[in-house]
Amino acid sequence: MGSQGGFYQSKEFLDLVKSIGEARSKAEEDRIVLGEIDTLKRRISEPDIPKRKMKEYIIRLVYVEMLGHDASFGYIHAVKMTHDDSLLVKRTGYLAVTLFLNEDHDLIILIVNTIQKDLKSDNYLVVCAALNAVCKLINEETIPAVLPQVVELLAHPKEAVRKKAIMALHRFYQKSPSSVSHLVSNFRKRLCDNDPGVMGATLCPLFDLITIDVNSYKDLVISFVSILKQVAERRLPKAYDYHQMPAPFIQIKLLKILALLGSGDKQASENMYTVVGDIFRKCDSSSNIGNAVLYECICCVSSIYPNPKLLESAADAISRFLKSDSHNLRYMGIDALGRLIKISPEIAEQHQLAVIDCLEDPDDTLKRKTFELLYKMTKSTNVEVIVDRMIDYTISINDNHYKTEIASRCVELAEQFAPSNQWFIQTMNKVFEHAGDLVNIKVAHNLMRLIAEGFGEDDDTADSQLRSSAVDSYLHILGEPKLPSVFLQVICWVLGEYGTADGKYSASFITGKLCDVAEAYSNDETVKAYAVTALMKIYAFEIAAGRKVDMLPECQSLMEEFLASHSTDLQQRAYELQAVIGLDAHAVESIMPSDASCEDIEVDKALSFLNGYIQDSIEKGAQPYIPESERSGMLNISKFRNQDHHEASSHGLRFEAYELPKQTVQSRIPPASLASTELVPVPEPMYVSESYPTTTVSSASSDAGSTELKLRLDGVQKKWGRQTHSPATSTSSTTSQKTVNGITQVDGSNTSNSRTRETYESRKQQVEITPEKQKLAASLFGGSSKTEKKPATGHKISKSSSYMVEKSHVPKSSMEIASEKKAPIQQPPDLLDFGEPTVQSNAPSVDPFKELEGLLEPTTEVAAAKNHSSTAAATKSPDIMGLYTETPAGIHNKDDGDILSGLSNPPGTHMLGGTTRTQVAQSSKGPNLKDSLQKDALVRQMGVTPSSPNPILFKDLLG
Amino acid sequence: MIKAVMVMNTQGKTRLAKFYEYLPVEKQQELLRGVFAVLCSRAENVSNFIDAESIFGPDSRLVYKHFATLYFVFVFDSSENELAVLDLIQVFVETLDRCFKNVCELDVVFNYSKVHTILDEMIFGGQVVETSSSEIMKAVEEISKLEAASNAITLIPKSASGWRSR
Repeated sequence: MGSQGGFYQSKEFLDLVKSIGEARSKAEEDRIVLGEIDTLKRRISEPDIPKRKMKEYIIRLVYVEMLGHDASFGYIHAVKMTHDDSLLVKRTGYLAVTLFLNEDHDLIILIVNTIQKDLKSDNYLVVCAALNAVCKLINEETIPAVLPQVVELLAHPKEAVRKKAIMALHRFYQKSPSSVSHLVSNFRKRLCDNDPGVMGATLCPLFDLITIDVNSYKDLVISFVSILKQVAERRLPKAYDYHQMPAPFIQIKLLKILALLGSGDKQASENMYTVVGDIFRKCDSSSNIGNAVLYECICCVSSIYPNPKLLESAADAISRFLKSDSHNLRYMGIDALGRLIKISPEIAEQHQLAVIDCLEDPDDTLKRKTFELLYKMTKSTNVEVIVDRMIDYTISINDNHYKTEIASRCVELAEQFAPSNQWFIQTMNKVFEHAGDLVNIKVAHNLMRLIAEGFGEDDDTADSQLRSSAVDSYLHILGEPKLPSVFLQVICWVLGEYGTADGKYSASFITGKLCDVAEAYSNDETVKAYAVTALMKIYAFEIAAGRKVDMLPECQSLMEEFLASHSTDLQQRAYELQAVIGLDAHAVESIMPSDASCEDIEVDKALSFLNGYIQDSIEKGAQPYIPESERSGMLNISKFRNQDHHEASSHGLRFEAYELPKQTVQSRIPPASLASTELVPVPEPMYVSESYPTTTVSSASSDAGSTELKLRLDGVQKKWGRQTHSPATSTSSTTSQKTVNGITQVDGSNTSNSRTRETYESRKQQVEITPEKQKLAASLFGGSSKTEKKPATGHKISKSSSYMVEKSHVPKSSMEIASEKKAPIQQPPDLLDFGEPTVQSNAPSVDPFKELEGLLEPTTEVAAAKNHSSTAAATKSPDIMGLYTETPAGIHNKDDGDILSGLSNPPGTHMLGGTTRTQVAQSSKGPNLKDSLQKDALVRQMGVTPSSPNPILFKDLLG
Repeated sequence: MIKAVMVMNTQGKTRLAKFYEYLPVEKQQELLRGVFAVLCSRAENVSNFIDAESIFGPDSRLVYKHFATLYFVFVFDSSENELAVLDLIQVFVETLDRCFKNVCELDVVFNYSKVHTILDEMIFGGQVVETSSSEIMKAVEEISKLEAASNAITLIPKSASGWRSR
């Protein structure tokens, strides 16, 4: 057997594979493959190629494409092969097209017809091949072309075809739910299929359907439970056993489905308790697959309405996972723990040391999973330890994707649970320092906002303490060699705003530092801009305070450089700085008030402050402004442009060539920074000429949409608003505008956090004496009982408080269940007693499958009919029929055994139980010299000599 | 659902790649390279699971198993169970082993279409349809028989028949 896949291929192909295998570099490999492509291109277009050759060429093409080279020249030949009559050639053709083409490829149109024909074929293998292609190549538009045939195939006599037809239908559902919505009931029907394989396959689409809409499938709970029960009782054919577990893959799918159905549904969940508990006990935790089922049970238990007994079993299973030596199991244990702590947070405490072991494990995957768990269980009591750990980990890894994720988690946790302002600032410093450029810029803006506003308490001294501590730490950090841009922006902003506020540092010291920053990061214009603005603020505050300003020499040279900068933004800022320094104290104070970054800036959309000016102009003979809607016959260029623009958008095709107007409109709406640079050197009279077009544009754009409107206003505000104020706050205004809704958030978490701080510290002292690990454990887990009693403060309920809520509720409610459940659980003890499976399978007076039969008449008839047919028929194909028979399980099993032993089976082993099979497999394992030598000899016979670097190709995979 | 199945050897040469969502060839290569880079940096005796979100986007996990010279890699989303997929790999390899008798890397290379056939019997359109190794074998044998019946005489070169009769 099995040797079917001999070396059909020619020496050429063997040589190709061999030479690629021995290629020393990617370049060499590419050269070989390109040569091969040339050969194939030539050969494939020759006339009258024998089918066998053609098949090989196509396989070689597939191979070439797998190595990453373009094989599109051969696609059409693969398509042609699907039309072939020979099964082998046809299948190869289908294989190639499913690998080459996608559903939107141009060649698909040539295949649809073939697929239609093949779906009707008498040969089921042709049908299967076509179904395979259907899954991959049919898109929404072509679904109707094949849908009727696929539906017909759902009743095909071959189970392999039924199975694939279901999958194809499922695929259609995924691609376009509306096109097959009327056929969804077919999935329910197939659940009662005679063949366990088909039933198992049906679970896949049902899982998807139930994920989308749980409520319409609640009626199936009983059926799923009874199927699961029967599977667990080994009523499926032995062929489905895997490592002595009865059909574990089907069990897993069923448990997943039950988890969905039972989520938040007490009634449905109650139906599941028995069978899930049953599986918990039966699962063999020594095999991998047994643990997979166990894990799925835990997931199910943590998803359905809680049951104390099951939770206990789940906790037991988790502790077994965590105590295991296998990394895989510990990984699953951590994951399961993360699910279960949502329901019973106290279970984490038992496993503290195991969790810490996982955290310190060299395995990255495990470590990350553990961080995920810690993230879920963070409270104000353990936030410091967890965030510290996370930051340490961030430092140690290079994976930017994960770095970003963990950094944003740090920020989130720090914002929610920060025990003190200092800690928060320090944590943020660390995050920025190590993952700076990966952090979202919003985080930086949030931090600036936070420092500006304080934590929202009406306590000015605390706020100013926060600021001076921030300034202190930033001045300290500036000594570090290379800092991320985002972080430098924050530093510059804070130093500018609060550097001299508490009088600790002199203006010249701070400005010196700022100049250093601007020089050290001279290729980062954003940082330079921040630095210049900060300088301006410091000088402005100095002037306002009545002190004389002496610009440092390095600052002056920096300004000179910026005045001539290529960046208009920098130039603008430098000119502004010059202008501000020249003003008197009073003017400066109104332009640049101290600590005013949080004041709301009112935007005067009507530009009413210009009224007087306009009045003057009109009196002098200027034309009044007419809104666009009233300008009907006026020949106004800008209006034409606008019209063009609008038409272009309504009839896209016709006016496509006229892109130009669009651009001019855009250029008339310059980004804020550009607008302000334009403005500064402009002398007063220019406003007259500028004012008219600008206003028209802005009014025109008001139809265009609110986002544009907002953009525009920024520019307008800078042009017309409180002139010098706006550039200075251009950085802070963005943040201050966002603040309004954010304030409360910070508020809430802070009040609760500062309170928890004390308990935490007292706790820490107690633990200090114990060994390091225990200390870590205690700081991670220990605090839980204490937080419980704390009242939730602040209306943005933080994580900790939501835990509390759960904590206080869940145990109570689960106690209720316990008391409710006690009686029914103890009444039928035989249901729970799994020591004697035969007794138990007889126990239910009504066969649960009987109830399932009620689901659908036609199939049950079939099933019933089969029921009466001979057992010989049952053995021929592994049949779920066994499920339907009402014979006691014991006898039935015996029957099975007899039949099996009587069955002559060429492969010999596979009908025997899982153990025997694996044993046989293992016994034939190991370095089987004879076999590899034989293969080697064959290759030589083919003319290919495996040279020395390659003999591993012959290494037995399972050996 | 299962997003991709890959088989590559320890030197990073792809031996089989099947993506259940269409991806352009360049993207496939990029993913294969990304996966190999992660795989070869893994120490021994660590878990078989890798967080694949940085390579395959959100909600994707990767399970791999190392057999002799080959890595078998399955990529899938949260609707599958990691441990179960690990066993699915086992089923796949056991089936290959039954099919080729002491399967080795060379078998996978030369019997490309056959390996695909086996995989197609197990995973169909990204869903696991069959998990019983013997059922898969039955189907594959039947296919081979029928294919051989229609082609045997013309298709099988002399040298390979010796191989077949083993």
